[in-house]
Amino acid sequence: MSAVVKSPGFHSDEIQSMLYLSGVTKSFDGFKAINNLSLDIAPGELRAIIGPNGAGKSTMMDIITGKTRPDTGQVRFQDSIDLTQYDEADIANLGIGRKFQKPTVVETLTVWENVELALAGTRSVMRALFHKLSAEQADKITDVIQLVGLKAKTGDLAGSLSHGQKQWLEIGMLIVQGPELLLVDEPAAGMTDHETMETAALLKEINKDHTVVVVEHDMDFIKALDSKVTVLHEGSVLAEGRLEVVSANPRVIEVYLGR
Amino acid sequence: MINTKIFEHSAIGRLLLADKAGRYLIAVLLAAMVLVPLCNLIMPEGSFLYVPTYVVVLLGKYLCYALLALALDLIWGYCGILSLGHGAFFALGGYAMGMHLMRQIGERGVYGNAELPDFMVFLNWTELPWYWYGFDNFFFSMFMVALVPAVLAFVFGWLAFRSRVTGVYLSIITQAMTYALLLAFFRNDMGFGGNNGLTDFKDILGFSLQSDVTRCVLFALSALSVVLAYVLCRAIVSSKYGRVLVAIRDAESRTRFMGYRVEHFKLFVFVVSAILAGIAGALYVPQVGIINPGEFGPINSIEIVIWVAIGGRGTLFGAVIGAVAVNYAKTYFTGAFPEVWLFMLGTLFVISTLYLPKGIVGVVTQMRERRAERNATSTPEQGAES
Amino acid sequence: MKHSHVFRMLVLTLSLLFSLQGVQAEQVVLESEADSALLLNQLISASSTSDKINLINLIASSNLSQRSAVLNALQDGQLYYTKSDEKLVYAITHPDGYQITSVISGEDLGVIGNRKVRKISINNELRAVLRGVLAELSLRSDDVAERLKAAKDLIRSPAAEFLPAIERAKAVETSARVLESLNIAAAMVNLNSDQQLLRLDAIESFRGTLDTDAMSILAGMQLKDSDGNYTEKDDLVRESAAAVLTEMRSKAEIYKVIENTFFGLSLGSVLLLTAVGLAITFGVMGVINMAHGEMMMLGAYTTYVIQLLMPNYIDYSIIVAIPAAFLVSGLVGIVIERGIIRHLYGRPLETLLATFGVSLILQQAVRSIFSPLNKSVSAPSWLSGSWEINGALSLTYNRLYIIIFSLVVLLMLVFLLKKTFVGLQMRAVTQNRAMANSMGIRTGWVDALTFGLGSGIAGIAGVALSQLTNVGPNLGQSYIIDSFMVVVFGGVGNLFGTFFAAMSLGVANKFLEPFAGAVLAKIFVLVFIILFIQWRPRGLFALKGRSVED
Repeated sequence: MSAVVKSPGFHSDEIQSMLYLSGVTKSFDGFKAINNLSLDIAPGELRAIIGPNGAGKSTMMDIITGKTRPDTGQVRFQDSIDLTQYDEADIANLGIGRKFQKPTVVETLTVWENVELALAGTRSVMRALFHKLSAEQADKITDVIQLVGLKAKTGDLAGSLSHGQKQWLEIGMLIVQGPELLLVDEPAAGMTDHETMETAALLKEINKDHTVVVVEHDMDFIKALDSKVTVLHEGSVLAEGRLEVVSANPRVIEVYLGR
Repeated sequence: MINTKIFEHSAIGRLLLADKAGRYLIAVLLAAMVLVPLCNLIMPEGSFLYVPTYVVVLLGKYLCYALLALALDLIWGYCGILSLGHGAFFALGGYAMGMHLMRQIGERGVYGNAELPDFMVFLNWTELPWYWYGFDNFFFSMFMVALVPAVLAFVFGWLAFRSRVTGVYLSIITQAMTYALLLAFFRNDMGFGGNNGLTDFKDILGFSLQSDVTRCVLFALSALSVVLAYVLCRAIVSSKYGRVLVAIRDAESRTRFMGYRVEHFKLFVFVVSAILAGIAGALYVPQVGIINPGEFGPINSIEIVIWVAIGGRGTLFGAVIGAVAVNYAKTYFTGAFPEVWLFMLGTLFVISTLYLPKGIVGVVTQMRERRAERNATSTPEQGAES
Repeated sequence: MKHSHVFRMLVLTLSLLFSLQGVQAEQVVLESEADSALLLNQLISASSTSDKINLINLIASSNLSQRSAVLNALQDGQLYYTKSDEKLVYAITHPDGYQITSVISGEDLGVIGNRKVRKISINNELRAVLRGVLAELSLRSDDVAERLKAAKDLIRSPAAEFLPAIERAKAVETSARVLESLNIAAAMVNLNSDQQLLRLDAIESFRGTLDTDAMSILAGMQLKDSDGNYTEKDDLVRESAAAVLTEMRSKAEIYKVIENTFFGLSLGSVLLLTAVGLAITFGVMGVINMAHGEMMMLGAYTTYVIQLLMPNYIDYSIIVAIPAAFLVSGLVGIVIERGIIRHLYGRPLETLLATFGVSLILQQAVRSIFSPLNKSVSAPSWLSGSWEINGALSLTYNRLYIIIFSLVVLLMLVFLLKKTFVGLQMRAVTQNRAMANSMGIRTGWVDALTFGLGSGIAGIAGVALSQLTNVGPNLGQSYIIDSFMVVVFGGVGNLFGTFFAAMSLGVANKFLEPFAGAVLAKIFVLVFIILFIQWRPRGLFALKGRSVED
């Protein structure tokens, strides 16, 4: 197993950037899904990434979380860790949590069990076999379920939740995992307006303790997040800055906002 | 009923407290373990309660199948690994036992060679092959019964799970694995008796395999093994590890992104399952008196899947029920209407996958739920419902 | 009597000629049956060896229809004449004497006592002449195959007396293959001479040929006797023989490789046929059809039934069987899809189990209808025989046809999928069901048709299998694992991958066989595929990209 070095706690002053991508390229059968992409996320930042379909958002997520290896380029976590050397499980243990576009929770387990599985701790087979939940851990699980507003559903199977509730459960699972960095892929997809606003508020709440990167389509949601925005187009960064600035950029209007 | 308080004092007890069906199953198995040998050995032959020896052997065989089905349900029902080659582990365990029994024959073989089994003498071999060393020792052989399937499962699983071979691809290569072993064991050069396999066993630990007492003891051991295996499997699936398995089955990617090394979790359960299958094979061989390459046949492995599917996957007791029920039906129909059996089995398969995705256990649960519902709503509006 | 006089003159003149030059092409033209009879009856009267030799040569060079038969009978001691009326007869021993047949009229003359006939005697000198003359007669035959056989016989029994005949035959031979054999035959004779130059020439002439007899003679020259001396005393001859032998062997080696490749390709073609239907149902639709083998079995049984229906046209029944098997298996496939698989899309493991149930039902159905015994399907005559390219390489027609057949099936399938409207719909449905649906394609109907197509092709494979193996209820089972291996190895959803996988596995298998034996070779291939899948879980020509990774 690779040596997983837990970084010093968040808000540490030594870390310059939480996530740093430079010159990353990835092509599938000649099609460049990611083309010379560079990105720099500071510790504690909340960043929204937008872009039309096929802009390479999901591939970028895959590369950061170790699902896909880039052809070229650097992917660094907390300045020093080269993420291209690790696989999904390693990267998760390094402190990067990912929420999928489609809510993926374990539908045949209860809300409690889902959060319990995600709870930070050693992930070895033997520990899992002889695991006993401590009172402390149980409290933490309860807290998180409370945070994502699923207290009433604690004992229900995750499969019985509504779409929006599954999204929240997944976010809750990400939080107990105790990551430094959260990657959230289209959290508002398929949500009602009310749920969308709640989700934005939830993410801002989470951002108090975690660095968060959100990929999203929904403009109202991005506005509600009120954060720095990066626009992706054809696998590279088209523009970056506050939403007002970015939306005034004629190129951005042409490829994305204008449509 | 039994006082439930005695359960609360041990981990296993607490486990069973939450598993009503499992308690019934264990009670039935333990009762059979005592009563069946008693009814065979003590009751006079003409008595109503007498259990003929062939029935004891038959029941023992069913229990070996039940153990094998448990092994498969553990990986398929809880981790989604559909092995179409589990018969291979069963056969390997069986061969390890067969090799021991073969060595026990000693000079009583047709050729009277103390060192070499008959088939080797027949092939003009002069020396025992190295991989037969040690099998004259009972404990070494029993160790091999577990080790050989475990090693195969470890190597195969390590390769497959690490490369993320999943779903139907995994099923197909497990089938290829058992097929390759089938071909290999058919070869005389392999030194496992080729086509005929290993047979004509005489005794085990000095007890004649033909005697009723030995057969009853083997039956009781089989029943005990199923009980122990059941408890082990229940403990595994009830632990946090078991929940990780379910998470892998239903959302493998998610589990990875939670930081679990999916391949390690799969590998562990695969090896445990292979060992259980090997033990089942080792119990099976002395009872039926033969092990041949046919046990590696891909069809045999698919039949195991049938038992579990029909019993109800992902429940453990469903696997036991399915194995016994399907094999009883097989014994009955191949005897009474041999023409009909394959039609039956085939139809059973189609119907169970189409209409009973949760097997017999699922049907029973559904019926009980409905009854409970009816009881709960047997108040005024009930008439409007029907 | 005029005839008779003229004839005698002719005989005398020709006899002189022949005694000097041996047999030439047909020079003696007998115009009537009477002339023939006259000539043949000379055999009875000729007494001296030289007379008989002349007569034999004369008969051989005549246009007599019975010439070969008569000379062979003479050689075998079966030519007699009746003492009573001096009739020339073929005689075969019979418990009551001889069963005789008139040579001239071919009339059966019944059985006659031992003492009533007399043999036309020959001696060793005549036997030698007869051998030569008979060989030459075969060498002059109009049938190329007979000429070739005669030449090959000469290679096997080289004797100096044949040399003139061989040389004459060489002068007029038109077939290159016969000519090569004649050259070898001549060289074989020369090899036995005592002149070093002739022998060296002979050895040299083997160079470039692949004759196995020549190779074994040359190899024999390299052997030592028990005292450690070479059996071939002439060093120069032996060394030159060694050099030529090495060259011949390396050339034979190349042909061996070609032959193995051919065997491999034909095995690969069988794999391709059995797998290509699966490439549609599994590869394109994602349905694990465990009853695929039984679709092949149905195809094979269809071939059997068609043959029963048209017993007088065995040669053509197989042609009829191809579309029939396609329809039978295809229809059964459509029924299975509509009845079962349709309800299980997206649940591959359940599909696997349900179709396995179907396979059990089909096997038992066939067993109940046709009995569990294997049925034999006879091969049409045009499938037997082989195409002999040279001494070391001959390709059997059945293997050749199966290669062609599998390629034709593959190409038709590719055409159907890529160039027709139905194929377009099939691809549309498999790639994006929702989109296809919204475009008005009846996806359910297309699914059934696609599955029927895959099953129908399995039926066609069954027709081919009926020619290669026993037709029985278990026919399908023995091929199903191989078929899955091919599809998985090639990469799911890729017909080219299936083709490449089938061919490379077939060839690999055949090249492993000489070293490992057939069973071990197969085990190696299986283990290889198991390991290969670890390396490329999606097969050799997997579709890349994000869409297929989830």
